[in-house]
Amino acid sequence: MRTYEIVFITAPNTTEDDLTKLNSQLDKVVTDLGGTITKTDNWGRKKLAYKIGKYEEGVYVVLYIEGSGKEIAEVERRLRVNDLVIRHMTVRTDEDIKRAAKLKAKRRVSVKAASATGADSEADDDDDDGGDEFDS
Amino acid sequence: MPRPNERNDRNDRNDGPRRPMNAPMPSSRRRRSSKLSAEKIDYIDYKDVKLLQSFLTENGKILPARLSGVSALQQRKIAEAIKRARTIALLPYVQA
Repeated sequence: MRTYEIVFITAPNTTEDDLTKLNSQLDKVVTDLGGTITKTDNWGRKKLAYKIGKYEEGVYVVLYIEGSGKEIAEVERRLRVNDLVIRHMTVRTDEDIKRAAKLKAKRRVSVKAASATGADSEADDDDDDGGDEFDS
Repeated sequence: MPRPNERNDRNDRNDGPRRPMNAPMPSSRRRRSSKLSAEKIDYIDYKDVKLLQSFLTENGKILPARLSGVSALQQRKIAEAIKRARTIALLPYVQA
């Protein structure tokens, strides 16, 4: 199973109604094609870092989707067709998250090994970049 | 016509000062330290604007790894995340 994040930005004048309608539509598409939307984040209206078309602001929505990948194509198509959506982006996240978890596990092991061999490694950390430190 | 043994110094892009004027002078003693290893960040999220901004110059360019002190792998991840953030207008391509 793969995990994806889809971010889309809609025009600033989007109403709550429009958004819930769009979201339920996308939810239906995803579930029909065998995926699940695990989470929906609505960031609300945010200022864009640069103008998109004529808009300076946009409503950000992030969808977290779990599925095979088939549903992504259809969701993307819907987002492209929808006039309210001014920008969208899909990112596949499962591989990166797995890699991050691995790094974390590795670090935990090495920390454990270090503390087992003695905790004197912290002592010789020379702090000469001070100025913001006040020792009493 | 370029001579074959001529060193290609033109690869050294010289577009403005190399170091933002407010950045600390790189210490003569090379010491690698970065926010990423200090805060134990494994997954660099493109949605984390605050983090990514610390790897941009004031013009919005991606800070080279030699200035930020991150590893090559981390630098690639950071660059990717910044580019994603630019796509969805969380970060600027150029800062006016």
